[in-house]
Amino acid sequence: MSLLHVRDLVKHYHSGSLFRAGAHPVRAVEGVSFDVETGETLALVGESGCGKSSVGRTILRLQEPTAGTAVFEGTDLFALDRIALRRMRRRMQIIFQDPYSSLNPRMTVGAAIAEGIEIHRLARGKEVGRRVGALLEEVGLDPGYATRYPHEFSGGQRQRIGIARALAVQPSFVVCDEPVSALDVSVQAQVLNLLADLQRERGLSYLFIAHDLAVVRQIARRVAVMYLGKIVEKGPTEELLRQPRHPYTVALLSAVPEPDPTRQRSRIVLTGDLPSPSNPPPGCPFHPRCFHPRRDERCRIEVPLLRQVGATRAACHYAETTPSAEAAAPSG
Amino acid sequence: MSRVLDVDNLRVSFPAAGNGRVYPVDGVSFTLERGRTLALVGESGCGKSLTSLALLRLVPTPGRIEEGSRIRLGDTDVLGLKGESLRRIRGRRIGMVFQDPMTSLNPVFTVGDQIAEGVLAHFDVSRAEARRRALTLLQEVGIPDPVARLDAYPHQLSGGMRQRVMIAIAPSAEPEILVADEPTTALDVTVQAQILEVLDRLRDSHGMAVLLITHDLGIVAGRADRVAVMYAGQIVEEAPTDELFARPSHPYTQGLFASVPRITGPIERLSPIRGSVPPPGAWPGGCRFRPRCPKAFDKSETMPPLLVVGPDHRMRCWLAEQEGEGPGPVGFAQGDHP
Repeated sequence: MSLLHVRDLVKHYHSGSLFRAGAHPVRAVEGVSFDVETGETLALVGESGCGKSSVGRTILRLQEPTAGTAVFEGTDLFALDRIALRRMRRRMQIIFQDPYSSLNPRMTVGAAIAEGIEIHRLARGKEVGRRVGALLEEVGLDPGYATRYPHEFSGGQRQRIGIARALAVQPSFVVCDEPVSALDVSVQAQVLNLLADLQRERGLSYLFIAHDLAVVRQIARRVAVMYLGKIVEKGPTEELLRQPRHPYTVALLSAVPEPDPTRQRSRIVLTGDLPSPSNPPPGCPFHPRCFHPRRDERCRIEVPLLRQVGATRAACHYAETTPSAEAAAPSG
Repeated sequence: MSRVLDVDNLRVSFPAAGNGRVYPVDGVSFTLERGRTLALVGESGCGKSLTSLALLRLVPTPGRIEEGSRIRLGDTDVLGLKGESLRRIRGRRIGMVFQDPMTSLNPVFTVGDQIAEGVLAHFDVSRAEARRRALTLLQEVGIPDPVARLDAYPHQLSGGMRQRVMIAIAPSAEPEILVADEPTTALDVTVQAQILEVLDRLRDSHGMAVLLITHDLGIVAGRADRVAVMYAGQIVEEAPTDELFARPSHPYTQGLFASVPRITGPIERLSPIRGSVPPPGAWPGGCRFRPRCPKAFDKSETMPPLLVVGPDHRMRCWLAEQEGEGPGPVGFAQGDHP
């Protein structure tokens, strides 16, 4: 049994407009299924508005799901009442892109890290302070920083504080929501290494939400690519990057800028913008922007399901013949 | 020659606590050439954005450009300009694209009006002609349905569309130089690819010189002709792009390369630079990278000048003297770069 088992997750947001009640809801997540195993990282990758963050937040019930199931360590998360949910949150934590906005500016770093320990009564008295110091050390910060305030720290240090805070309650599963996107490249590398070390030492499982495929490759063995609320391809990271089967994955991969002038690949420039998630196209969500030579009437009508093609599972009717970026780009 | 801008010993200062001043840009020199892209690369706080603002004399108060700095735009001494003549440089001769288009576009005017405004301000043409040129520019930057978009307001467009409008406005006055400060940082990667291609095309068709300011080595490769890497207010390494990527020589540049996760090649543990960039008031004497440098040695306590390491390749590190061929990349895992 997997640590986390998510099936057919749906999350719609209803625009709260007073004058347009019943208008089209935003279909942020449209039937997403995946498992996360103990000690592994699953990456959820996609561009803004694809629904990846909504998946993470809905699983933790920071937002209520519209439909679907999520079973964590054998417990149905969507059936928990408030008290049981609070108890469960000790096992499941989240790290945000901007830890500054999730840290109370008037609370010392030590108090912020101690909060979870106290709420869940994991330690008392002097032991709390000892644990806070040990956590700061574990994330590479001076234990003396406990008495300081968040504004005194750099972005990278704040992210370490956010990580210490999440780990304080000894979770087994952490949602990492774009944890390195706002960091400078040298600091990003430090935090990625830290996350990998903590995973190994503590046996943590991560759902790693990101938009950067190179970062994903560094941290996750398995990846799911999202587009307009759906997983369009998933599989082992290396295989998926070597031979992407969904045309969107091909385009996304081809757009990753590679810091090597001798290795400039063919880039597929997608036409048009991402359609609105409140009015997604019928059939395959990617068909209006698709460059697959076999794209046809079927793509406009029939929603493709995820199916095994080669090493990955792809939701494309013609995944067997998806062209590479080199073959599809206009001028080589 | 095709040289359009000369920056020499640019220094920008801000008042610090007490009576002192700090110098977030401290002796930066470079030139821009027609139809060429120079990339200014560095992490936050290195002074790259402030450098670009100084070109337009837009350094925010209470900062100031120091005596002894020189910025020459053709025959014009930019630092000697005042009032109207300074205003004529901005937009007309040096165009600018910023990271966040929403704060640079006026929310109460249509897209068409804002592009036409640039045309009308700099050329003696009719309103109808200005609108026609605006339409052409929107087409050039790849905006679908440009006729309808002329009458759209900024809030009605997506982030990628807004950035394209910004890029359409920048060349409306046919400037000699385009300064693009992190033009795609806020955008998704597929949109980023589109925008960068538009910028390249405009550079080639209008013969603009481009100053590309970025933290992303990935968008520099295959785009910029030359790269200057900045650290703590100074250029620490500069070379033609292919040369710099083949032989990154300054320990800071090597550290940047070792920090970037790759999409190809073997997956290895990243080798980040230790610590973080100190703020301008806390820069050490001597080489400013010294406290974080794995190769620092006694001579690093003296500030190195830019020293030659190879053909058209210089770095601000004393190691350039020691090794005839230029220092090998020792001490950092180099990934794909032997």
